[in-house]
Amino acid sequence: MSTVATTGAPPRRSLGEFILEQLRPHGPILTPFNIISAPIILAGMVLVVIRFWKGIGAVSNLSQAHPWGVWVGFDVMTGVAFAGGAYILTAAVYVLHAEKYHPIIRATVLNGLLSYMFYSGALMIDLGRPWHIVNPIIGNKFGYSSIMFLVAWHFLLYTLSEFIEFSPAIAEWLHLPKLRQVLKALTLPTVIIGVTLSTLHQSGLGALFLFNKNKLHPLWYTEFLPVLFLVSSVFAGLSMVIFEGSITHRAFRIQIDPKKHHEFDEITLGLARGAAATMYVYLFFELLVFLHGKHWRYLNTGWGAWWLVEMVGFVAIPLALYAHGYERRRLGAIRVAAALTLVGVMLNRLNVCMIAFNWKSPVKYVPAVSEVVITLMVVFLEIWAFRWIVHRLPVLREAPAPAQEG
Amino acid sequence: MDRRKFLELAGTAGAMAAGAGLAKAATKAAKPSDNKEKDEEFVAVLVDTTRCIGCRRCEVACAQVNGLPVPDPARDGALEKDRKTTVDQWTVVNRRETEKGEVFVKTQCMHCEQPACAAACPTKAMEKTHLGPVIWHPDRCMGCRYCMMACPFEIPRFEYDSWNPRIRKCIQCYERLQDGEQPACVEACPQEALMFGKKSDLLQEARSRVYRHPDKYFHHIYGEHEAGGCGWLYLSAVPFEELGFPTDVGTTPYPEYTKDFLLSVPVVDMIVPPLLYGLYELTSRKERVQEQEEGA
Ligand code: SF4
Ligand code: SF4
Repeated sequence: MSTVATTGAPPRRSLGEFILEQLRPHGPILTPFNIISAPIILAGMVLVVIRFWKGIGAVSNLSQAHPWGVWVGFDVMTGVAFAGGAYILTAAVYVLHAEKYHPIIRATVLNGLLSYMFYSGALMIDLGRPWHIVNPIIGNKFGYSSIMFLVAWHFLLYTLSEFIEFSPAIAEWLHLPKLRQVLKALTLPTVIIGVTLSTLHQSGLGALFLFNKNKLHPLWYTEFLPVLFLVSSVFAGLSMVIFEGSITHRAFRIQIDPKKHHEFDEITLGLARGAAATMYVYLFFELLVFLHGKHWRYLNTGWGAWWLVEMVGFVAIPLALYAHGYERRRLGAIRVAAALTLVGVMLNRLNVCMIAFNWKSPVKYVPAVSEVVITLMVVFLEIWAFRWIVHRLPVLREAPAPAQEG
Repeated sequence: MDRRKFLELAGTAGAMAAGAGLAKAATKAAKPSDNKEKDEEFVAVLVDTTRCIGCRRCEVACAQVNGLPVPDPARDGALEKDRKTTVDQWTVVNRRETEKGEVFVKTQCMHCEQPACAAACPTKAMEKTHLGPVIWHPDRCMGCRYCMMACPFEIPRFEYDSWNPRIRKCIQCYERLQDGEQPACVEACPQEALMFGKKSDLLQEARSRVYRHPDKYFHHIYGEHEAGGCGWLYLSAVPFEELGFPTDVGTTPYPEYTKDFLLSVPVVDMIVPPLLYGLYELTSRKERVQEQEEGA
């Protein structure tokens, strides 16, 4: 681990020295995480080369009946929901003045920003003709009546908002106090715009499946898919913050002021309460849809059982655990609840996008190993980037006073 | 009315108008982009499955005009399997065993009047032309495969084995139609099982066939209203499930399913920010009051 103090002094070194210093690894190299992730990243890169050379079919099991697999279902659908913590927490802190959550804002926003950057990278692998992605962006051909088009634009603009929200940390890192002040002033308007953009692209991901009335199993198809996606993005995001926080605070413990540890427990309890409340709303919606669509007809089929696994095992049970953990102040229970919730949201997105999609077709989809390796590559790369930044920028620790002033 | 309230109201009204505009655009996108005259009518093909003998000359003709591998109906035994269209077979004839014996069914893109694929496409690569055919533009498509997800008939095909994949499907011989010719498959059919013309004329023809031979036909013209109306119409002796047609596509034009959401996008975009700002002001005031009370 590096000594934090070195970054405190204003840079008197040359730019070259500064860059070299920042590029040097700041932690031990042979950690278990590195030993597992490095070969997977390398393998993934080889597979990506094969994909661009021989086509998507060479590395995936995607088919005419199942055009979207784990790259969309996990990287995009699940990843975006998991990154929902950033818009919820920025709204809480900057709009509603819930100062209590301020200490975790930067890490959460950084996580969201990196997720979005890496997911759009993953999307390039999934798009058949990625060089034409500029068409909907620069207005060659605006399909502005397409949900996909709207989601893409909201996604893009939100990534930009997150970058602006995070940028004061970069200014502190580079010791540019004047710039930092300007960027800081942008925070409130950016947060307001960012939250708006988020509600729309989170729900828009659900709206993508509104066409699939005859293709998506009725237990998952409803005209309320956009609402369900939006509500579940709230507790998915909060659960990710809890889950990710419990890991980073162990991994980067040295960066955190020991006095703060108690504060983090309080934050976790608050997040758990928020997650439980939104999960309750979500379950209620699901129940309404269930009753209104007379869906009990499907319950004694295999699909019904699978749906119950999702709803009971990964929504109702973690909800109960969250409530219990909050009441009794049991952080362990809360962490388990967070993990279960994340699995549940992932199951839901995968069900909608691939498992219960085209359920009547005899063609089934099971991801190829190489598809999963590429997906893991994206996730690991994101974690590497996160770690690199946390070791260098004031994300978890406070910036030294001189960098903040000005 | 104070200023902020007024601004909010004005914003709402503006957002509503913008929303209505977007929704209108949505229904328009699925409609022909180059429709010069409003009452121009789409062309269609009527398939009478009671006349088809399964010779698959339509498949051969299709492959020939579109430069696809030409099948050999006499030898390839393709009727033994239940086939779907593929990247290089844009139309396939399947044999079905039904209550009234063996029936042959030609399948291909339905050329919907308000196609899901065109409404879905973010780059307008899928286009409903003014003539009727739904075509694909290679210079626009980014390969997201959302058209494949959206199509209720599972028609667009993607070249998974190419570094530069295309979306492939029947384009109803768009270029031939522009030259005043018929689709190649219609021309090739020796049984007049396929008939080309204006949709309204073909509907009339179909109805009169059913009327004249009420015992021979199942009383439904598939494609008249399916998915909001298609450019391919089918007559059959048996219920359409037995021929393997999706009977759960409904009669709602597909763009309708996303209309409400599209309508709400600009509304949310314009209403939420002032709302959030209002909350910001409200909570800062509360905090100030609290601080004062604590200070006192
Ligand atoms: S059948 Fe499918 S591909 Fe053909 S026009 Fe309709 S939605 Fe588009
Ligand atoms: S794959 Fe191409 S044609 Fe199909 S929706 Fe995407 S951009 Fe449009």
